[in-house]
Amino acid sequence: MIKKLLELDGISKSYPGVIANSNISFDINIGEVHALLGENGAGKSTLVKIIYGLVKPDSGNLLLNGAPFKPGTPSEARQAGIAMVFQHFSLFEALTVAENISLGMDNPPNQKDLGEKIKSVSEAYGLPLDPAKTVGALSVGERQRVEIIRCLLQNPKLLVMDEPTSVLTPQEVDVLFKTLLKLKSEGTSILYISHKLEEIRKLCDTATILRLGKKVDTCTPKNTSTKKLAEMMVGSSIKAPKKINKPAGRILLKIENVCSLSKSQFGTPLTNITFDLKQGEILGIGGVAGNGQDELFAVLSGEQISQKGSISFNESNITKFTPNQRRKIGLLSAPEERLGHAAAPNMSLIENILITAEQSQDLVSNGFIDWEKSKAFAEKVIKEFDVRTPGSKNTAGSLSGGNLQKFVIGREILQYPNVFIVNQPTWGVDAAAASSIRQALLTLSESGAAILVISQDLDELLEISDRFAALNEGKLSQIKKTADLSFEQIGLMMGGAKDLEARNA
Amino acid sequence: MDFSSINPALLIASLMVSATPILLAAIGEAVVEKSGVLNLGVEGMMIVGAVVGFIIAVNTDAPLLGFICAAIVSGIFSMIFGILTQYLKSNQVATGLGLTLVGLGLSALLGRPYEGMKSPTLKALDIPFLGDIPVLGKMLFSHDLMIYFSVFIVAMVWWFLKFTHAGMVLRAVGENHDAAHALGYKVVRVRMLAIMFGGATSGLGGAYISLARVPQWTEGMTAGAGWIALAIVVFASWRPWRVLFGAYIFGGVTVLQLNLQAAGASIPVEYLSMSPYLITIVVLVIISSRGNQGAPASLGRPFHASS
Amino acid sequence: MLKLEKRLQQSKKWIYLSPFLAVVITMISGGILFTILGENPFEAIRIIFWDPLFDPNFASYSRPQLLVKAGPLILIAIGLSFGFKAGVWNIGAEGQYIMGAIFGAGLALAFYPMESKLIFPLMIIAGALGGFLWGMIPAFLKAKLNANEILVSLMLVYVAESILASVSQGLLKNPDGYGFPGSRNLQKYESAANVEIISNSGMHWGVLFAFITVIFSYIVLTRHIQGFNIQLTGEAPRAAKFAGVNPTANIVFCLGISGALAGLAGMFEVAGPSGQITIEFNSGYGFTAIIVAFLGRLHPVGILLSGLLIALTYIGGELAQLMLGLPGASIQLFQGMLLFFLLATDLFANYRVKIGTN
Repeated sequence: MIKKLLELDGISKSYPGVIANSNISFDINIGEVHALLGENGAGKSTLVKIIYGLVKPDSGNLLLNGAPFKPGTPSEARQAGIAMVFQHFSLFEALTVAENISLGMDNPPNQKDLGEKIKSVSEAYGLPLDPAKTVGALSVGERQRVEIIRCLLQNPKLLVMDEPTSVLTPQEVDVLFKTLLKLKSEGTSILYISHKLEEIRKLCDTATILRLGKKVDTCTPKNTSTKKLAEMMVGSSIKAPKKINKPAGRILLKIENVCSLSKSQFGTPLTNITFDLKQGEILGIGGVAGNGQDELFAVLSGEQISQKGSISFNESNITKFTPNQRRKIGLLSAPEERLGHAAAPNMSLIENILITAEQSQDLVSNGFIDWEKSKAFAEKVIKEFDVRTPGSKNTAGSLSGGNLQKFVIGREILQYPNVFIVNQPTWGVDAAAASSIRQALLTLSESGAAILVISQDLDELLEISDRFAALNEGKLSQIKKTADLSFEQIGLMMGGAKDLEARNA
Repeated sequence: MDFSSINPALLIASLMVSATPILLAAIGEAVVEKSGVLNLGVEGMMIVGAVVGFIIAVNTDAPLLGFICAAIVSGIFSMIFGILTQYLKSNQVATGLGLTLVGLGLSALLGRPYEGMKSPTLKALDIPFLGDIPVLGKMLFSHDLMIYFSVFIVAMVWWFLKFTHAGMVLRAVGENHDAAHALGYKVVRVRMLAIMFGGATSGLGGAYISLARVPQWTEGMTAGAGWIALAIVVFASWRPWRVLFGAYIFGGVTVLQLNLQAAGASIPVEYLSMSPYLITIVVLVIISSRGNQGAPASLGRPFHASS
Repeated sequence: MLKLEKRLQQSKKWIYLSPFLAVVITMISGGILFTILGENPFEAIRIIFWDPLFDPNFASYSRPQLLVKAGPLILIAIGLSFGFKAGVWNIGAEGQYIMGAIFGAGLALAFYPMESKLIFPLMIIAGALGGFLWGMIPAFLKAKLNANEILVSLMLVYVAESILASVSQGLLKNPDGYGFPGSRNLQKYESAANVEIISNSGMHWGVLFAFITVIFSYIVLTRHIQGFNIQLTGEAPRAAKFAGVNPTANIVFCLGISGALAGLAGMFEVAGPSGQITIEFNSGYGFTAIIVAFLGRLHPVGILLSGLLIALTYIGGELAQLMLGLPGASIQLFQGMLLFFLLATDLFANYRVKIGTN
């Protein structure tokens, strides 16, 4: 007989202006891998925080092994056998692996015993770790291991994983899945949160689908088609962007042997980056987070000047150009972080227009700002990119992620760039907005602009880019035509060609 | 000029005396900053401690009680900063400055009847054997209790941060308050306790000025010691033993310039008396230009639990 | 239980309302403080806030004093507000104020006893230059060597005080002063005196400059790209860098303008109300201006109003000292409390406060 581990009964939670969870009920069985599927903003994170004792529900009950379960703190949840791997890791960069693990335990043994335990457990599950290393020096994949080991040391009955594969290469994903299946065979239940349908179909026994805070359905993902799952998740079928294949034009941007040290203590330096960007093409750059994406973006946007190598536009050298000098020649960019980098959260959309559009829209004369013109341009962006906001006087921080991203991308595209550099164009954005942003990028490329998309979303890159390369430890792989690529190859490019050579040798 | 009047043994001994107020304030502030909070109110907390310690000591003739009350009152006083920044989410820089300004005003108000009085001071400990060692005995083993206590606090802070679980939690909160919150640690509570500890040690430091170093009450007598303590925390890269080292170096500079003044050096008095501040700037510049290694990553950032 | 909910955008209403609320709470707590000190709280409040302006016995003396005290506070606070908006924390305005006074007075005394219409304008330039240069030290150390400007600018206050002590006993000492420290009285040197523009109004050249600065600052902050860049840097430093704002230029601008304005304030003071360089020339305007800047919400018009209010507490405090024997320091405390209550009531602008059960 199947035994239920955790039962959720009518869980509701609302925040001002948002109903995060509305009357959600489902069960997780012992030894089951249960998927929680939904878009950004569907209420997955809130639900998980309720299970982990970080948030108290407004109404509804939890039952653990048939007994009422009301965790008031994460520590109570941990004692009840619930462990969690966070999407944005709950790690401390300046502390060691052992210290980090000990902070997530309720009765940690002394550091020496813990170190030995970490070694033995991490090897048993095929996730080797050095307990004395500082977390800041680890790769993203290794950091996730720290989180997982932290959970495993407590022999959890339920392991909650929030979007664990978004930071892994396909090969690392395989290793993770092996570990999870091993845990399952030992009787551990897993609540697996994701919006990646293929993964869920491969790994999970049951899937509960959330949309806008409500449960849509519970199904067996292996027996449900990807298309059906997607429709349940998004609510309506979303028009996939249309890509027209046409030959690329002449070379607009030439990057040769660019090297750059990272600004942050734990960043990745770039080494000898070389590539061309042609008119009318989209070059996709993939790779696991933290492999030099931010540094590459900064060198191209002009926020950081490369120490070596050269960047030329239309055969003139622009290596040392400032961001504004680059904008003047039509090289525009949109960074990953919307709040605080692409836009100032506490400033109005009209003011946010000035951040990048000052020159091309002629918004400033003799140092004085033409607010009317800024307002007009802000409203143009709002209208043409379907940004949902009460008005241009509202602050950037008051917009939802998807709407602000449409505003940020729209602000650049409506300046009709010759070259457009964009980092993570659809990160944390709902499917409808993501699809419209991708369409806008394709339309821009058809009009002859050269576009560089840096992204960790492989599906996105395969969908829109003409050529593909991967960043790995600050180095760029070979660039290949997207149409000729398999997932296997992409994984190898992301993991670095070294692995391939080692295996072939 | 007569340099022979400068006795090295006395110089070291008075160096420790002059360094102790700054040491006490700096070690407390190091703990506060390790928890991710920048409290610029050190000067204000010190001067409140100085005046409270003085008033209690004069009225009860018990300097030790003066120190205890100074620590308690400054600890409470620092809670104004704590409540404003941690619960009411005010800007840490502005609130810290405010604490200094209020502390200066409050101490002037409280201390006015005591201007010009002399306080009872702590007796030097009579340490058997050690105190009798020639030179070294005079240099290191004939001080009052607070000097040894200040070194003891440094050792305790070092041990606490390095070897205890609570110390690790404190560092974790200063490093990444969101992650600490996600793991279920009470960020605000940890920080409040750290702020209170910083207030108490600053109060002790202030009281050491009015009860031991000077020993008298004059308005504004901390004369920037709190700010120098802040600079020493940066100089020390947030490490307890380096705080001690920094404070003693600074104490040495101060004592040396006072000795030079007394010895009638040909350098004008004004230039000598500005030298501690200039040296602080120089040291700060040298340390900062290498990048602030070891600064807690969440230092000065506001924390609001999203849930 | 009180619960806080972060607002999606700052409440405009509360940004304007909270300073007034803070003033009211300060008056109430001040009243309690005066009661503890054994005074009638209503009388004390009246003496501080009402009598200086409207009591027939005092108003003729006090009213001009309002502008005399508000002038330097506003001038310095406007300068500071640029930096505070950009996250450049110049708290050493007191030092820049002293250096402005020394430069201005030094220039005048170098020409003494020559009379010329050019001397006063030159003093204005010298005063601004003195404060500017003193502000450039932390600016340079911050921009090039990453040294914390809060600590450097503050340390330089003590250095400036030492220099002040040195020049008032040496370089600028009055040769006819019978050996007492302190310079010649500039009020008695016609070409250098900062006189009242309208007699018995307190309106000297420095006050006029303060008003001009308020207008200038208003235009820069609302219309000019430099003002926008400053605000952007404070709100989102990475976005500012992305927008092409040069961080070094920004630091230099903020510390430069606040240094120059504090220097000007010092120069007008030494040539006007104070008259001479002495060891105790500086009276804490540089620090009080920090309160003025925050209380005025870093907004030019707000600073104008808060400068007048704080000036009133100075004069009212003196009056209370005279009439009730209240200690002078209680006013300092009063001003500090005002800042604290303002910071506390800021909560309402950024958060919604709810009474809830969990």
